[in-house]
Amino acid sequence: MQTLLRTPLYERHVSLGARMVPFAGWEMPVQYEGVIPEHRAVREDCGVFDVSHMGEIEVEGPHASDLLQSLLSNDVDKLEIGEAQYTLLTNEQGGIVDDLIVYRLEGGRYLLIVNASNRDADYDWIRERERPGSDVRNVSDRYALLAVQGPRSLERLGIDDAPAFTFAMGEIDGIEVMINRTGYTGEKGVELMVMNEDAGALWDAVLERGATPAGLGARDTLRLEVCYPLHGNDIGPETDAISAGLGWVCALETDFTGAEELRRIKADGPARKLVAFVMQDPGIPRQGMAIAEGGEVTSGSHSPMLDKGIGMGYVATEHADPGATLTIDVRGRERRAEIVKKPIYKKEGA
Amino acid sequence: MAAAESYPDGLQYHSEHDWARIEGDEATLGITWFAQDALGELVHYEPPEEGAEISKGTTYGEVESVKAVSDVIAPLSGVILEVNAKVVDEPETVNEDPYGEGWLVRIRLGDASEADDLMDAAAYKSFVAEQ
Repeated sequence: MQTLLRTPLYERHVSLGARMVPFAGWEMPVQYEGVIPEHRAVREDCGVFDVSHMGEIEVEGPHASDLLQSLLSNDVDKLEIGEAQYTLLTNEQGGIVDDLIVYRLEGGRYLLIVNASNRDADYDWIRERERPGSDVRNVSDRYALLAVQGPRSLERLGIDDAPAFTFAMGEIDGIEVMINRTGYTGEKGVELMVMNEDAGALWDAVLERGATPAGLGARDTLRLEVCYPLHGNDIGPETDAISAGLGWVCALETDFTGAEELRRIKADGPARKLVAFVMQDPGIPRQGMAIAEGGEVTSGSHSPMLDKGIGMGYVATEHADPGATLTIDVRGRERRAEIVKKPIYKKEGA
Repeated sequence: MAAAESYPDGLQYHSEHDWARIEGDEATLGITWFAQDALGELVHYEPPEEGAEISKGTTYGEVESVKAVSDVIAPLSGVILEVNAKVVDEPETVNEDPYGEGWLVRIRLGDASEADDLMDAAAYKSFVAEQ
């Protein structure tokens, strides 16, 4: 029997009354008060998520940037110190081993923050391709990560605004943190990386400052409303970046694993595309439901902001235009959905 | 706001966490506090058609929260007389008032004797305590 891992905040989640569930080998809070109030807190004010289950990998050395440039889809050479980049770890077929954010810490030192479910696979993948002059370390067990997200998050944390995809060392209520201007909700916010031993104090400080604790349930509905793909659902080793609509993070002029295949897919045009849709009929689409026009739902849920079922899925390119109707098999019932332009949810006035 | 835990007297309970309020040859059906709490805030109710026949122990509808869908099991057999339209429009009504405004269907009973092996509130409470 495999024991589930726990983050340094486990006892705090339990004492807040969280419902704990297994996720990627971890025992994580899926909700505290409820998915919908937590979702609204992030859209309207400020929520905090424990995402310490995510993995951290450091790559260091005079050839660190060469190694990463050869493995990651985006152009690592564009990163200045203090900048971060969304990118893909790709296989020879252009499939997605993982999606991650790479941070340039120093000239020859990078940090990769990766999905919890892939942290060992990513580490092995990179280690196997390691070359002299680059050192790869899995430092996941040293750090905790809190995502503080929402329009009032900076104000509540008492920190200044900064451009998205930058980071800096800083302090919150005397606790040393790496402040990353990144997130998975479509809202303004930060992800705070902190030493494990300081995680409890940081969590307490963030709650004291008025953030609403939010679980993986709200994290999923928030990311789906803004169409951020979830690795393992919407993207994976069998799905290529172009069909997934992630061509914008592929520097196809550079030479990374699978680039040639991706250039071919882009030139020929992908046979299918990852589309976003909103239900026109009642019912909630769920992962794995068949789409009559071809393909299946890769992510589906209820949108708290639209109060409708929403989802994403791959459909044949000729059926993939916004405005087209899809027919989804919701447990034996045919229900209509309309393909929409991504993101599904846009802030009013934004 | 979600209701506080309660299992009113006068209702009869099925082990699949459904309740029935029997009045003459009709009954009102719904899900218990325990069931709605396990699901979380409901966002969809897939009701049966009015006039449909339902039979005890089998599915007659679905209730769904953000994270999960659950079949609703009939505690008694009968014919659907009415679907609660308020719950179709505002499924969270079930969380707010599971035994009142949050009822799911009204039926004409098929076999009144089926009620004999349902639990009363005291028996259901001890059943829930073991879950």
